[in-house]
Amino acid sequence: MKFSFRTIAAAAVTAVSMAAPAFADAGDSPTLQRIQERGVVSIGHRETSIPFSYIGAENEPIGYSIDLCLKIVDAIAAELGVDSLDVHYVPVTGQTRIPLIANGTIDMECGSTTNNLTRQLQVEYLPTTFITGTKLASKVSSGITELEDMQGKIIGLASGTTNEKAIKAAIEAENLDVKIVPVKDHSQGWLALETDRIDAYGSDDVLLYGLISKSSEPAAYHVTGRYLSFDPYALMVQRNDSTFERLGRATMAGLMRSGEMAKIYAKWFEPGPTKINMPLSDTLRTAFEVQALPE
Amino acid sequence: MNYNWDWGVLFRDPYLGWIISGLGWTLVISLLAWVIAFSLGSVLGIFRSSSSPVLRAIGTIYVEIFRNIPLLVQLFLWYFVFPELLPDDWSRWVKRDMPAPAMTTAIVAIGLYTASRVCEQVRSGIDAVGFDQRQAGRAIGLTEVQVYRYILLPNAYRIIIPPLTSEFLTIFKQSSLALTIGVVELTAMTRQIEEYTFQGFEAFTAATVVYSLVTFTVMAVMRQVDKRTALPGTFSKGAA
Repeated sequence: MKFSFRTIAAAAVTAVSMAAPAFADAGDSPTLQRIQERGVVSIGHRETSIPFSYIGAENEPIGYSIDLCLKIVDAIAAELGVDSLDVHYVPVTGQTRIPLIANGTIDMECGSTTNNLTRQLQVEYLPTTFITGTKLASKVSSGITELEDMQGKIIGLASGTTNEKAIKAAIEAENLDVKIVPVKDHSQGWLALETDRIDAYGSDDVLLYGLISKSSEPAAYHVTGRYLSFDPYALMVQRNDSTFERLGRATMAGLMRSGEMAKIYAKWFEPGPTKINMPLSDTLRTAFEVQALPE
Repeated sequence: MNYNWDWGVLFRDPYLGWIISGLGWTLVISLLAWVIAFSLGSVLGIFRSSSSPVLRAIGTIYVEIFRNIPLLVQLFLWYFVFPELLPDDWSRWVKRDMPAPAMTTAIVAIGLYTASRVCEQVRSGIDAVGFDQRQAGRAIGLTEVQVYRYILLPNAYRIIIPPLTSEFLTIFKQSSLALTIGVVELTAMTRQIEEYTFQGFEAFTAATVVYSLVTFTVMAVMRQVDKRTALPGTFSKGAA
């Protein structure tokens, strides 16, 4: 009797001491439990989404979205009660970002991802961090200003983007004769435009400005046309993990409330290291104010 | 894993049609690239085993160049760099006016790359038939062309049926690299389904099954070909 009591007591002590560090702080969040077990936060990043998430001069992912994600990493460390967490960067593409969030390979996706309702069937989004829409980039000499000028011409579109769907839908709706060349990513689309393989490249306007600013001859290209889609960007996290999602939301709301969000924005866009120069728009300023929930 | 499964997506319009059309383009790329690879590879294989030092050198240089550069790099070189080396009119034709520029480039690039591999198979097949056969043929008064036509090649091709089958299976699977230059074949279609429905796991499972069905069929057919064409007393006995 005595012996078995001791065994139970020992087992209980062991169980408590093992369980305590693993679950006391992570709560019911699978993402936080995963981060705590490994001591590493996996961040999914893009390679050419300038200036949101791209490979910088030091060969490290940098950008507006990465800075925001690193703020969330600090919040995770505080939540778990550790001094600091290692960050593991995983490159993702337009096609891989959603499956990698769904299967838990990455804990957050910090790129230039449009928040839409179809995607919300598979992933969850944090508050909107940027607002953009689809436009066209072309050579100034081509004389293209609107999608209607593309009659009989060739347009390049990156596979897996909302722009691809928006432009395909617009072409269908207006019954235009435009040939579509699918490209793998923004850099390949830009190469196709530079080498005259396509007449225009369609993407979110901010990304097009970024591509132009990094091209060999920025004056030769322009971004034109009306917005062909509405694309609010947000960071992605896993579905059905409201604890982790709330932590992300709280961090973002805090940044927006304190005005730090606007400072980080200014660091990357006004004009930022890539000379992109897009001052904070009224729409986005309002979005920040609306999303700055009180404690 | 947090995921909403929906296998029905694969059989819904238009996604089922996309898979079928993707498979169609995959087969077109593989078969046409195989025609290039097999014919050019055979000629080069004969060059590499011939008695002429010039022909041997041509074969060797071709193999060394095309076999040693990764196929993905070759695809990019043909698609992005090669047209820039041409005069303006031609360059424009290759990039714009040529029928299906990306598809044609992919077929040629994959065909030329695989030709270097087929060349090595053919050469080793001819070597396996043996030097004695070659000399015996010349001794009874056949010309070198006749020796190849009547003795070396009929035996060599029988010997290399199993490795050539592998080569074809490789070309079939490598055709998926064409999506990197914008050809919408089976893998690209699968990705497109993922992009439209965000049901990536179902879409990629479908691609896996379709690729496997085709490769198993090819293997079964080639095993029969190997058995039926085997010559008694030689080493082509329908192995594989």
